[in-house]
Amino acid sequence: MSKKQDKKHQQQAAEPSLDFSKALIYTPAPESSAHIRLKKQYDLFINGTWVKPSKGGYFETINPSTEQVLAKVAEGTQEDVDKAVKAARAAYENVWSKMPARERAKYIYRIARLIQERAREFAVIESMDGGKPIRESRDIDIPLAANHFFYYAGWADKLEYAFPGKNPESIGVAGQIIPWNFPLLMAAWKIAPALAAGNTVVLKPAESTPLTALKLAEIIEESGLPAGVVNIVTGAGATGAAIVNHPDIDKIAFTGSTDVGKLIQKAIAGTGKKLTLELGGKAANIIFEDAALDQAVEGIVNGIFFNQGHVCCAGSRLFVQEGVADKVIRKLKDRMASLIVGDPMDKNTDIGAINSPEQLKKINEYLKIGVNEGGEVFQPNCSIPSKGYFCKPTLFLNTSQSHRVVQEEIFGPVLAVQTFRTVEEVIEKANNTPYGLSAGVWTDKGSKIFNMTTKLKAGVVWANTYNKFDPSSPFGGFRESGFGREGGLHGLLPYLNLR
Amino acid sequence: MGNHNVSYQPSISPPIDQISVEERCARFQSRSIKGETKVAGLKLALSMIDLTTLEGKDSEGKVKQLCYKAMHPHDAMPGIPTVAAVCVYPTMVRTARKALKGSNIKVAAVATAFPSGLAPLKVKLDDTKFAVEEGADEIDMVISRGRFLQGDFNLVFDEIAAVKEACGKAHLKVILETGELSTLDNVRKASDIAIFAGADFIKTSTGKIQPAATMPVTLVMLEAIRDYYYETGKMIGMKPAGGIATSKLALHYLVMVRETLGEAWMNPDWFRFGASKLANDILMQLAKDQTGVYQSLNYFSND
Amino acid sequence: MANTSTPKKPTAKKTVVAQNNGQAEKKQTGSSRIKVQKTYKIFINGQFPRTESGRYYPLTLSDGSIVNLCLSSRKDIRNAVVAAREAQEKWAARAGLNKSQILYRLAEMLETRSSQFIEELQLMGATKEAAINETETAIDRLIYYAGWCDKFNAIFSSVNPVSSSHFNFSSNEPTGVVTIVAAEESGLLGLISVMAPVIAGGNTCVVLASESKALSAVTLAEVIATSDIPAGVVNILTGTRKELLAHMANHMDVNAIYLHSNKAEEIKEVETLSALNVKRARIEFVSNWFEPKEENPYRIQDFIEVKTTWHPIGI
Repeated sequence: MSKKQDKKHQQQAAEPSLDFSKALIYTPAPESSAHIRLKKQYDLFINGTWVKPSKGGYFETINPSTEQVLAKVAEGTQEDVDKAVKAARAAYENVWSKMPARERAKYIYRIARLIQERAREFAVIESMDGGKPIRESRDIDIPLAANHFFYYAGWADKLEYAFPGKNPESIGVAGQIIPWNFPLLMAAWKIAPALAAGNTVVLKPAESTPLTALKLAEIIEESGLPAGVVNIVTGAGATGAAIVNHPDIDKIAFTGSTDVGKLIQKAIAGTGKKLTLELGGKAANIIFEDAALDQAVEGIVNGIFFNQGHVCCAGSRLFVQEGVADKVIRKLKDRMASLIVGDPMDKNTDIGAINSPEQLKKINEYLKIGVNEGGEVFQPNCSIPSKGYFCKPTLFLNTSQSHRVVQEEIFGPVLAVQTFRTVEEVIEKANNTPYGLSAGVWTDKGSKIFNMTTKLKAGVVWANTYNKFDPSSPFGGFRESGFGREGGLHGLLPYLNLR
Repeated sequence: MGNHNVSYQPSISPPIDQISVEERCARFQSRSIKGETKVAGLKLALSMIDLTTLEGKDSEGKVKQLCYKAMHPHDAMPGIPTVAAVCVYPTMVRTARKALKGSNIKVAAVATAFPSGLAPLKVKLDDTKFAVEEGADEIDMVISRGRFLQGDFNLVFDEIAAVKEACGKAHLKVILETGELSTLDNVRKASDIAIFAGADFIKTSTGKIQPAATMPVTLVMLEAIRDYYYETGKMIGMKPAGGIATSKLALHYLVMVRETLGEAWMNPDWFRFGASKLANDILMQLAKDQTGVYQSLNYFSND
Repeated sequence: MANTSTPKKPTAKKTVVAQNNGQAEKKQTGSSRIKVQKTYKIFINGQFPRTESGRYYPLTLSDGSIVNLCLSSRKDIRNAVVAAREAQEKWAARAGLNKSQILYRLAEMLETRSSQFIEELQLMGATKEAAINETETAIDRLIYYAGWCDKFNAIFSSVNPVSSSHFNFSSNEPTGVVTIVAAEESGLLGLISVMAPVIAGGNTCVVLASESKALSAVTLAEVIATSDIPAGVVNILTGTRKELLAHMANHMDVNAIYLHSNKAEEIKEVETLSALNVKRARIEFVSNWFEPKEENPYRIQDFIEVKTTWHPIGI
């Protein structure tokens, strides 16, 4: 071997450190948006046709990575919502509730297939409108959305097997309000079980990410689904409120912040409307010293930096057992050094754009708060684009339960790190929150896993994995993270009355 | 003697979660390598190849032809690097040494009763010494997998340490034969044993057993190397061998090295591919990149 | 009184009759003796404190006598919630079979005290026949839910066939601490019908008993106190809905509220206040608790949370 190598072999670096900044820097690999057809302006999808908003208002939806306007989208008003609800009611009474379940299923299957056919187009639009990396929209959001329709389609004619001793009946018209972090996927989570259970739908996508829901409306049109069964009404908070408060809606399903969830719960008090809420979280991700540490580090990264941390179930509170804390943090920092922040359309991007300037502002405020609280900040030495809304992946080290960055949902790529000593201690700390959506546990010991997974107050517990989703797997929270489940057999219940 | 003068304690090897490792590998494979990066990556991969012939019917003629190919992968194309080494049986070392004269290409010899390793230690050490005396720069030894699976870690450790000693100045690559180790936990244990016993490189496979090199196995070995580096500041090399036949897969391996160990390992001193068919596939890709049209193997020498 | 009970289950009843005969005779024969009157107290953490407010409300019984019941305050609710919270995890952690046996044991004890319940139901206005029917149905209902303790999880759980190499299952965990505003019209059966599924699911509860039919609730508390149900699992308060409803609904350490009502303003108030901490509000109005459909495991499901667990499948 060369002398050079011999020398290197003898070399004892004082501070062994890994350098990820030079070799094999990936050249840009942008996904093409050439085949994407976006209209300049989108109307409301009501009763199977596109109708202009009653007050003629439109708002812009922008690409958060370029700050460019993608399209104008109709601002649905109370009148528009009323039109949509009337259409949904008529479709429910006259068509959908009378259709044999088996035929209902075929339409839902058809929607699943059409999404699969146009998957790439959906992925590109999702990344343009929301800022998420194309790798995620392509590999996760869109396939999962299609799968969700496919999964629930099959339930339509089997509902009586889901609830032994009961006769499940559809509810009527469901009003659904979804967030901006997984626009198409959340639409699928809401629409698919509602239709399978025999209900009709009025859905409002988030104002910053309406495009894939509108493209879904195009697919629904194409599928021949009877007019009025699914209505898409775009708009902001007021449009959502019009849905929540509409007297002829039987059920509200909301995914979003705990604050808004509480407002909705309050608003429909006494109206008899059924409600499911999928709200915020501040999940504990717990690393024991006997864990598969390198894989745990992947789980930490996937837990908090997936979708820029815009994930209600993000593992935003990291707990590392003291014996391995230094090791894990070191590995984590090195892993973060290889994360690529930037153009969501680039196939190599790991962390895309923050969804909106408002959200970036909120995250930056928390970064300030964290610093002022005395948290030790770590950010990798990566570059971020000068235009668009971006945030470096961030660790706050040496935090405690009393820090605001530990208690409050930041909804960004910011991880608060704490250490712990014993099982009892970490269970207590993990549960010491009003939220209860999800949790992660990393240990090689089976009995410890079951001990943890039974004691953690969370609707989803990932053991030796994190941020996994599947149409057959129920998702939803304990406590202030909401109630009701989406996905799986349990996801049918919120859309049925059991007689 | 060994990299550490203590024997191996299994407790130092962390557990490995197979599914997570596979997911991480899928992420490496989803990296898109284009343009200049691709060309640079392909050339780098070519320069990391241990061009290998390990057949019972190997002859001097065959080895000479292979050595010429090693030095002249594709003379029609300018700017093509040579491979890193030629890997042969000990009896072919002298032939290879002579054929490669004047180049920087190393001669690597498989030794220690390759591929099974089922011979008395004395035979293994003699095999090693013979190869070194014949002029081998690098020795690729096999571990005693049967004893490893029996839990006889100290024997495996001691054998490696003894072979390391027998290597003298030659560098030692320790073949774990991961296809026989059954689990990634075992791969990690065997990696740690090899590293602590004195390996300069750790290597996945003999090429005689399926599966040979896989990305998950290689990742686990890279992580062992990383942990050792964190602890000691000492670098250990890595050689996946067998089953890496396409440029695309080779680039995925480079992505894996780049994102696991970084810059310092991205050269033939620290990373090698044990492969026979890979070189031509890389050459075809490079030619495609230059000409814009897909290539045929008929236009690339097959030695 | 007890010896006039229906001869439906002669063997089971005989022991009851035998036990109660002595009491009944004493009452009839010891006429010169001054009757010892009972102080009706509330039930918190296995004990019988008086309401911290020191207030009471009188209840006129069908025999013309008047008894005083505790007029619980919000501080009593607070104390009861603390007790329920303290007891919850331990109760939930008990094996289903164990909870099942504990509820069954409670039913056994109610059976031996059935004459007292029948008598009290009559004192609160029921006919003898109705009182017997309610008591027997209530005991049977408790046994029904006792049997579910170690079974509902099998019914409401699932193993989910996810596409990736993971084992994924959903099981049920108690919601936590539940406040129960029991039926006003059905003092014993209405109470047992809602309390039993809530605790069968591993929750603990704070019950506001029927205001006008509170005697059964207090007696039930006395039976519970000597049963194997751990302190704090069931806490029973007496008082007025008007005063206590808001505090049952707004407590931040209560996870769910079970309100029996058909009054729009009560429902709205409870649902509005539940939003403070995303409390699960289960509202219902049952006009006939005797109907078989009113006992079913879906009442347990209303107070459980589905937890989904993922783990890789590998080697």
